[in-house]
Amino acid sequence: MSGQIFVAGLGIVSAIGNNLHSNFQSLCEEKAGIGEMQWLSSIHREELPVGEVKCSNGELAKATGLSSKLPRTTLLSSIAAREALLDAGWKNNQTLRTGFISANTVGGMDKTENFFKLFSKNIKSGRLADVVHHECGAVTELVADFLGIRDFVSTVSTACSSSANAIFTGARMIRAGVLDYALVGGADALTRFTLNGFNTLMILDKELCRPFDEDRHGLNLGEGAAYLLLASENGLKQLGKRPYACVSGYANANDAFHQTASSPEGTGSFLAMKGALENAGIQPSDIDYINLHGTGTQNNDIAEGTAIRILFDPAFPKMSSTKSFTGHTLGASGAVEAVYSILAIHHGIIFPNLRLITPIKEFPFQPVTVCLKNQIVRHVLSNSFGFGGNCSSLIFSAT
Amino acid sequence: MKIYIRSTGNISPQHSLDKDAFFLSRIKTSGNFFKSLEPDYDKFVDSKMIRRMSRIVKMGVAAALTCLRNAGIENPSAILTATAYGCLEDSSVFLRRMIEFEENMLSPTAFIQSTHNTVGAQIALLLKCHNYNNTIVHRAFSFENALTESILLLRDGMNPVLVGAIDEITDDRHEILSRFGLYRKPEKTTGNIAGEGAVFFLLDKEPGNNPQVVLTDLQTLYKPEDTGEVQKAILAFLQKNDVDIEQIGLVLSSHTGNEKMDKSDNIVLKSIFQGKPNFPFKSLCGDYPTASGFAVWLAVIIIKEQRTPTWMTELKLPVKNIFIHHNNANTHHSFFLISAV
Repeated sequence: MSGQIFVAGLGIVSAIGNNLHSNFQSLCEEKAGIGEMQWLSSIHREELPVGEVKCSNGELAKATGLSSKLPRTTLLSSIAAREALLDAGWKNNQTLRTGFISANTVGGMDKTENFFKLFSKNIKSGRLADVVHHECGAVTELVADFLGIRDFVSTVSTACSSSANAIFTGARMIRAGVLDYALVGGADALTRFTLNGFNTLMILDKELCRPFDEDRHGLNLGEGAAYLLLASENGLKQLGKRPYACVSGYANANDAFHQTASSPEGTGSFLAMKGALENAGIQPSDIDYINLHGTGTQNNDIAEGTAIRILFDPAFPKMSSTKSFTGHTLGASGAVEAVYSILAIHHGIIFPNLRLITPIKEFPFQPVTVCLKNQIVRHVLSNSFGFGGNCSSLIFSAT
Repeated sequence: MKIYIRSTGNISPQHSLDKDAFFLSRIKTSGNFFKSLEPDYDKFVDSKMIRRMSRIVKMGVAAALTCLRNAGIENPSAILTATAYGCLEDSSVFLRRMIEFEENMLSPTAFIQSTHNTVGAQIALLLKCHNYNNTIVHRAFSFENALTESILLLRDGMNPVLVGAIDEITDDRHEILSRFGLYRKPEKTTGNIAGEGAVFFLLDKEPGNNPQVVLTDLQTLYKPEDTGEVQKAILAFLQKNDVDIEQIGLVLSSHTGNEKMDKSDNIVLKSIFQGKPNFPFKSLCGDYPTASGFAVWLAVIIIKEQRTPTWMTELKLPVKNIFIHHNNANTHHSFFLISAV
């Protein structure tokens, strides 16, 4: 019998708050964090709304004592990761093994952009200090060193499903008895590189995004970081803490259809959700809430919705896309939404899908549009689908 | 549980797609970088698709398909891809255009291909493989962590697992890392040589028809305090696997030709593996964070073939165990034990 995987601590920074409590409050008060960019510098400032974390790099650095010259992804990651450890009361322990498995997609790209401004004109110019942390793995290691975690350190990068995969890599290691604690999640800062990349794909909404609306026009990019401290039974005992929830199921599948687009029937999404249910040993009817991937693009919402229709018909659980609050935080989104899913279980609250006016006609279900309190939420399914067909679903359950 | 290495596919600066040529002759470089010998990709993938792929994707896909063909497997249960730098060429192209055209008139192609999971995704797409797919991007532990995950997947019943490591040299990478002082200066004969490669392995918990090689164990050591901690970790690793120094037929070490960087590796060799045959694997593939993939391939092929490459000091056959010490910049150490069945 494999052991349970407990969620003992949570940490998050996003467009709707700099810590767990403020994120929870914004969700309950239906306050989105998307708007005109203030910290990112781009010619698209007035045209493309984004979900920024409401702090300068200097302010983020001050909160941790790290240098403000580090990549913004590192600064975001360090704040949320430390909060999750403090929340759990984790202490570096010689006898129990702790891993740090973090996801990101941009690494130190914000600094590399500065470097390339000069380097692209003259290869002998550009400050080397601006590219030294370019790699995704470098961002993770800066934070691992900051936290003092050495036993196992790794970085996952599968586009928009990155941190969901980081979460279940850690879960698998705990289940296998390789680690006692796994600090898992991900971070991504907004950069010109990703903003312009998504803009070339013509999937960015010029207004605030409207996931699962018939009249949706694309996604808004966001940024943030979120982490879960997972613990084995023994690890949890040492903390003496009541867990928020447990990780009960996970699955990863590939759509194998197109590098960026989802198959219209949502094959990858369907297989990921079905696999996670099987892994958890529960039925579709056991799911009380789905935290949708719900980016707000034509393609994603149709594919994801179609997969849900096939899998859950005729009884559909409550569902919402919290990207309507935070924007799409890319490599962080799986973890950001895992935190929201766990809060839903912990507080018995279903968070709404903002700005939904006309539900998609093809679907016999529609997302929740107001915050529902006093709910019984035992099992939550959280979806994360990405470029390259990488689809992952996680299930969190009440303990 | 034994982890069998059923097949390999390797595109490297050596003749690694042709084992007889590899055993016979070794390619050297006169410069300070080592590029892969690339095959005719039309033999692997439809030429229309090939034209749309970037160089790193072509190398990765061809290595992966070679590995699957060698095992006679169409679809693995999982595809794990490791890359430290990701798709650098496309990242550079998009970045340069974005700066040059001041965020205007950009095309999506380079951006689409710049994400780190492109190689793993393209393999899945070609195979129409809906199974587990993950990409690990953790510097000089990328390949190691992908292998660790592969072992856990095998234990969880996913069988077989395709796992590989890919990194490419680009003009920008070489220029930037050269400015960090990483590579041999033109007038010098010592110092690191940059490298690249794409290598895949098919791991299986079933022996298959002709089992020859197993991955006995691997372990990583992050930022050790000093060489003493490295020595202690190696001895503990060997002891845990119940292997005497006597049973090790070859040590593959990470010597790069950079005296300062090689110091710790020299101490390890002298103190633990005194008198053992040793070969510096980076002299074949160059220095890059996922070079340990090449080292594992070298160990596998020597054990499988049970012969000494003509350009290597004669080994005492049969070689039962090969120990690999991968050291990247003295911050990332990993140890591998590859053994005959």
